[in-house]
Formats: sequence, C-alpha cells, structure tokens
Amino acid sequence: MSEVLDILMTVSFWAAALRIATPLVFGVIGALLCERAGVLNLGIEGIMTVGAMTGWMAAWAGAGLWGGVAAAAGMGALCGLLLAFLTVTLGLSQHVSGLGVTLLATSASYFTYRVALPNVTTPPRIEPFQPLNLPFLSDLPIVGPILFQQTALTILALALVAVLSWFLARTPLGLAIRAVGENPAAVEAQGMDVHHLRIGAVVVGSAIMAVGGAFLTMSAFNAFFFEMVAGRGWICIALVVFASWRPGKALIGAVLFGAFDAFQVRLQQAMGGALPGQIFLMIPYLLSILALVVWSRNADYPKALTIPYVRGQR
Amino acid sequence: MIRLEPRTQPSRLLSALAPVLAALAALCLAAIPLLAAGAPVLRSYQVMFDGAFGSLFSLTEVVARATPLMLTGLAAAIAFRARLFNIGAEGQLYVGALAAVAAGSGLFEGPSVVMIPAVLIAGALAGMAMMLVPTLLKVKLGADEIVVTLLLNFVVQLFVQMMIEGPMKDPMSLGWPQTEPILDSAALPKLIEKTRVHAGLIVALIAAIGVHVFVKRTVFGFRLRAVGASPDAAHFAGISVGRTMLMVGAISGALAGLAGVGEVAGLKGYLTNDLSPGYGYAGIVVAVLARLSPLGAIASALFVAAVFVGADSMSRALNLSSYIANLIVALSLLSVLLSEVATRYRIRLSSVRKAAA
Repeated sequence: MSEVLDILMTVSFWAAALRIATPLVFGVIGALLCERAGVLNLGIEGIMTVGAMTGWMAAWAGAGLWGGVAAAAGMGALCGLLLAFLTVTLGLSQHVSGLGVTLLATSASYFTYRVALPNVTTPPRIEPFQPLNLPFLSDLPIVGPILFQQTALTILALALVAVLSWFLARTPLGLAIRAVGENPAAVEAQGMDVHHLRIGAVVVGSAIMAVGGAFLTMSAFNAFFFEMVAGRGWICIALVVFASWRPGKALIGAVLFGAFDAFQVRLQQAMGGALPGQIFLMIPYLLSILALVVWSRNADYPKALTIPYVRGQR
Repeated sequence: MIRLEPRTQPSRLLSALAPVLAALAALCLAAIPLLAAGAPVLRSYQVMFDGAFGSLFSLTEVVARATPLMLTGLAAAIAFRARLFNIGAEGQLYVGALAAVAAGSGLFEGPSVVMIPAVLIAGALAGMAMMLVPTLLKVKLGADEIVVTLLLNFVVQLFVQMMIEGPMKDPMSLGWPQTEPILDSAALPKLIEKTRVHAGLIVALIAAIGVHVFVKRTVFGFRLRAVGASPDAAHFAGISVGRTMLMVGAISGALAGLAGVGEVAGLKGYLTNDLSPGYGYAGIVVAVLARLSPLGAIASALFVAAVFVGADSMSRALNLSSYIANLIVALSLLSVLLSEVATRYRIRLSSVRKAAA
C-alpha cells in the first residue's frame, strides 16, 4: 500500500499524468463541442491520425512547430467540414458518416506517409516541442514541475478548456450552440441558422481534435508511426459521457485517465514482469469502458444528439 | 442554392443502381490520390484490374479474400438492421480464431467430421460471447455499443498478443509469437487445389442465405426489422427490444467469429497477431455498400476483396502504397452514403421558391 502511495505522491507522477492526458484533453474538448451542437463525431480517431501525420510532416518539411500545429488544425477542420456536410447539410447517419470519415482520414494519412517516404523503415525525426522554462512559474514548488515544465501544447490544452467553458456558459453564441444540440427548432424560431451553427461547431471541434493528434507526434514522440493514435479517439468519446458534456469535468476525466495510465506503467515496472505486459496495456481501454458504463446510466445526453435537423420538419 | 426535395417514394431504379454507382465513383475518386502520388493513372487502373481479374488464380484470390469479408459484412449488416452498431467484428474475428486454435490444436482428437464442426462451433461461440458483452451493456445499462465494441477491439488485440506470446505459444516456433498449428483433421479443406479458396466460402455463402431467410421469413426476423425501424413502436407492439437485440448481437458476433475460424483453419493454420488486415472494419463497408442486404453482402464483399487484391498487385508493379485500397474502400463507403441522398431526394438546383414551404 505504501508503495502505491509513494508512486502517487511524487511530482513526476502527476506531471506524467498531465502529459498523457494532453491529447485526450484536446480530443474530449473537440468531441464535446460537436456533441453539444448535436453531432456525434465518430471521425475523431481518423481526425487525430490526420493531425498526428500532418503536424509532424509539416514540421519535418520545415514549416516550424507552430506551422505544423496550424497545418494539423487546418486538415482537421477540413475533415470536420466533410463530416458536417454529410451529417448536417445532408442529414445522413452520424454513426456511419463518422466511421466513414475515420476510415478515409486514417487511410489518407497512411497513404500520404507512404507516398512521401516510400521505402523508409524508421520515420525521420523532428525536434519536438521542448518543456517550458518560464521565469518564476517553472520554478514554483510542485506546481512548477507539474504545470509549467510541460510543453506549450499542454498549456494550450488547459487554456482551451477554460476558453470553451467560458464560451459555452457565458456567450450568446455558446448558448446558441448548446440550444442547437437540445432543441434546434427553438433556435430556428429565434431566427438563427441551425445548420450554420452545427457546421461551425463540428469544424472547430475537429480542428481541436487534430491538434490532440499533433501532440502525439510533436510533443509526446518526435515522429509518426502507424496506429499510434491507438484508440485515443474512442476513449475521448467515452470520456465525453463521463464528463456529462462539461469542459471542466472533461479535464478532470482526462487527467484521471492519464493518472491511471501513468500508474499502470509504474506498477508494471514495480512488478518486474510478474504479469504479462499486455494486462497493463489493457487497463486504459477497460477503464474507459467501465467509465462509460457507469456514467451512461444517468447520462443527460444533449436531446438532439445524432438527430439530423431538417428545416420545417419536426 | 441546392435544395433537397423528398421523394414520395424512394426511387427503385436508383436504389438498385446506387451501390454500383457508388463503387464506380469511389474508383474514379481514387484518381486524386493516384495523381497526387505521381502515378500514371490509367496504367494504375489497368494493373489493378488485371491484378484482380486478369487470371484464374487472381480470381480465386479475390474469392479467398472475400470469404472473411462476407462473414464480417453479414455480422455488420444484421446488427445494423436492428440499429445495434457492432463495430467490434475485428475483435470478434480474433477471439473466434483464438477459440478455433484452442479447440483444434490437440485439446482432443478425432476424425474431420468431428473436428471441423468443433472448431466452427468454438469460434462462433467465442465471437458470440464477445458481442454479447457490449449488447448486454447496451440493453441493461444504456452504454453506447459503438464505443464499447471499438475499445474491445484493442483489448482483444492485446489479449491475443498475450496468448501467443504466453500460454498458447508454439514451443516449436523458434521464438516467433504464434500458436501451435491446427491439426490437419480440423483444417477446413481447400475447395480448389493450389489456391487459397477454402471451405470457409461455403460457410459464408450458407450464412448469407441463412441470414437472408432469417431476416425475411421468420418471426425473429420480423422483430429485428421492427426494432430497426423504430424501437419505440416495436416496444408498444409488444416486442421485447432487449431480447431482440441480444439475439441479433449473438448472431452478429458468431458470424464474425466464423470469419476468424475460416482464416485460421482454412488458410494460415496457426494464429498470429496479423491474421486480419482489418477485415472487421472493412465488413462495415461491405454491409453498408450492400445496403444491409445479406445477399448483397456477397457481391459487395467480392468488390472490396477485388479492390484489395488489385491494389496489392498495383503497389507491387508501380511501387505505390497498398493503402490505396483502404482509401478506395473508405471512399466507397462515403459514396454509397451520398447515393442514399439521391435515392431519397430529388436534388434541385434552383432559387425558385415553391409553395411547398
């Protein structure tokens, strides 16, 4: 027991938890924005893959790290636009369209990678984002190493949580987005365009997800590998339910998840091969399923989630 | 301004043609990535077509690849019909294969008439159990089956890895992570000598006809369609939505499990962690391309298999990535979705206001 506490009480553990949580924070926030507007974005896994590939490749091609992040966000937005066209404009099944976007975005990323680097076995590495070294803040005890010695993308993720929280709760546009996920007819009665609001939410949400993917290749690692997103997108969809569609809770969920993941890695090291490593690697997926199952029972889904809106029709 | 005007009746002609047109559209759209990759487009198509249909052997290869796709396609089709979104066929395929190996590699011995049904049943039951978990979680606790089945795919992949590196590892494999081979008596026989077409094809075809009859001609099939059309209406009509879902989930999982049995007992002989190049996910495309028709799944599985086989030889001949196949398959899924719009609506390009509003 004390060994467990030893792990949990270290600063490096919580720093690792936040680092692991970062791509999930982007993903959950993006998925949450889409769902609040009434669109289930199952393109997330593919969009994160596109983000990971694009960000890294742009940086490798000399666009700079922030150029890479911008490119990733742009490609994510493009995927979001495709999904929005299918699900919002045409009102097609959000489930099938989302999976279709995931299949398309994933295979397009892999194809592009192979076309750009036909015969490499190890991808070229980039100089990734470095941990921040801010005057004063990074030197604070405890908070410094956990929060301010992360890379800039982690700080960006945390800032996005705050911005989205404020945006959804306090701005007229945020209110409209929430309303469009609950009662689109009422929004239309107010003279606003339901489709435009939904398309906007999906495009912005997808751009945010893609940056989460870019974190993997530009901060967590320094190159792109096949299947590196490894279900993080689906985990995010489960975390949205856990978070009851609230950005603050989404952050808590992602960090808790990161903590469990960081814990299993340390536990695996501490156990020294007493159990097969795969058992530990299963834990994140099983935990996500558990969280989904437990929090689904009283989940307060946005009322219009997955329901296409057709003008003048109830 | 583009306006969509609902048709009073979906166009019959377009409904029948839609999957074919969608497949053709996807093939045409593939010219974009081919051009981007600097490949000679027409020659690429030529090589691809020849690779899939150019010789008797390549044709049998298409049939061999279509076999698991028919089964995973049926697994998706029957589940989607009841609005049970089973995206876990990939995982169910692997547990099916694992169970087939467990049952068929020396646990007990017997003649083929005993062993072959044994591995088929073991695989089907394993796939069934694998899908009953998310179905139960959906029915009893309201957990979204899409996310659960998707996440379980990763769990299964790790579980298989653990088994082939650990308890089920073949001691004679010189360190390669793979299981012991299936006994000859448990192997599905080849249908055509010197090709990869195996008796799993018969299983797949029987399954397609079976699912067709089941959905169209039985009471359960009626319930399934009722639940798929409207769960609330089905409930009011006295149909147990939960029980219907469980039934559908069980069948769907079993079909995907059988796909795994075919791959391991009909082709490879032993289980590795790269048994399936995404047959489970491609099965979703097969089902949607067939508009969830069980018999249509046979045709769409052949199409998807031809794309994979053709793209393989194209990538060899022109040194292009074979991921072009996955791209074409994804594009055909999106195209068939788009074609649905054309069958249900008239597309009007006009700014003229109609009195209908």
